[in-house]
This record gives sequence, C-alpha cells and structure tokens, in this order.
Amino acid sequence: MLEKGLVEADTLDAIVDLYEHNIGPKNGARVVARAWCNHDYKKRLLSNATAAIAELGYAGSQGEDMVVVENTSEVHNLLVCTLCSCYPWPVLGLPPAWYKAAPYRARAVAEPRAVLAEFGVYISEDVEVRVWDSTAELRYMVLPQRPSGTGELNEEQLAALVSRDSMIGTALVKAG
Amino acid sequence: MDGIHDLGGMHGFGRIDPETDEPRFHAEWERRMFGLMMAAFATGIFNVDEFRHAIECMAPAEYLTTSYYEHWLHSLEQVMLEKGEISRAELELSWSKAAEGLA
Repeated sequence: MLEKGLVEADTLDAIVDLYEHNIGPKNGARVVARAWCNHDYKKRLLSNATAAIAELGYAGSQGEDMVVVENTSEVHNLLVCTLCSCYPWPVLGLPPAWYKAAPYRARAVAEPRAVLAEFGVYISEDVEVRVWDSTAELRYMVLPQRPSGTGELNEEQLAALVSRDSMIGTALVKAG
Repeated sequence: MDGIHDLGGMHGFGRIDPETDEPRFHAEWERRMFGLMMAAFATGIFNVDEFRHAIECMAPAEYLTTSYYEHWLHSLEQVMLEKGEISRAELELSWSKAAEGLA
C-alpha cells in the first residue's frame, strides 16, 4: 500500500506515535477523577458520556458513542466484546492482549464472577454483576467506586489511583 | 452472523492470562500493522463494518490460531482485494518479498 501510494509512511508513524504516547488509560482516569470530584460532571457523564468525555478533550475513533456505567455498593460492572475486541480507545487506549484473547471473550459473559476472581476481584453475592458486551457502535467505560479514605485528595491525585483495569471492571480502585 | 468469532459462552479456552507490564505492541510488525490499518481507514476505501466482516469470514481454524493483528492483516488484504485496490498477483508478490526478507 505504501508502494502504491495509498498511504504514506509519515502518516503511519504519526498515528502510531499518537497511540503509543498520547492516548491511554490516563485519559479515562482523568474522567473518573473529575466525576468523583464534581457531581454535576458525573451526572452529565452518566447521561451523555460522549459529550462529557469530550469536555476533557477526549474523542475520536472507537469513542464516538460512549456509555459510562457506574459501580456502586449494589452493582459491579464488567466490560467485554465477545464478537471482536471493541474497546473505548479515546479514554483507555489500545486494549491489552488478554481482553482480545478467546478465554476472556468466551468466559466474561458466562461466568463473570469466576473471571473476576482470576483477577483477584471477589464480588459479594449480594452485589449484582452486570456484564456489558460491546455492540458494533457502543463503547462502554466503567466508573469505579471512589475508595474510602481519599477525601483529602485532589483530582490529579485521585486520577493517579485509577487503573486501566478498574475502568474495564476487572479491578477495584484502592486508596494509595 | 453466526461464526467462530462469536465466542461468548464457549467453553474450553482456558484461563485468562494477563501479562505484567504489557507493551503497547509485542513486535515491530504489530506496530506497523496498526498504523497501516488506521491510515487505510483514513483513505475511506472501506469502513469498519467491512473490516470486521472480513475477519468474521475467516475460516474457523485460521481464526483461532492467529493473533489479533493477524486478523487485521487478513481483513486488510481481503477488503483491498474485494475493492480492486490491489490484485491477487500484487498480494502474492508482496508475500514472496516478505518471505525473502525472513530468509
């Protein structure tokens, strides 16, 4: 394709550089921290995620139609794409290999609690586990629960606590 | 479409195996494949649904024994062939060049 002039080498390098250095889970972590600190922002995030995420400057390929699902003391959310490997790139970057591999895609919908346990996440039986399977267009992100003991932290310090996996649902956020 | 890609609920794939400090790309060719696909999308020659459909049309045995970015390569080759942007002969020539590069 390079030889035929359909694409240019400089374009390839620029695109790859963007995804290697600028687009990753730190974006999503800033969204989460903002939602924890700002109640109005959180309401906007849960009602129109694409627009609320764009407020922080994150938009683009694989994030055109976002839905954010909130973890609470009653509900734990888990994301998967059983059909391929759909993933919200603008907020989480490119997906890890395990997310794209057959075991996770096959099992997340059938035995989510067992899958979570493999990640060291044990969800109490009285907490509902909801699994969100991406469609061709929709991309989900989990809004994890803010850990207790973080009342003194500012938005930036909170963002530093938020891991990629906590926004997929395969981890919880821990204080410090 | 009912195909091998519809993995939800299937048994027998074993444990999930997260890597520690996973790199963004596992090899230079993966990095190149990613850039090539994004640039190819930008040309407007094909869309994401055509890209995905070409992966779903892979033979089941091939689908299960190839990696994520190999699926991408398969799809890119197929859609470019179907759209007439490359010919079978050009594709074969590039395969033989790649094989020479490995030799």
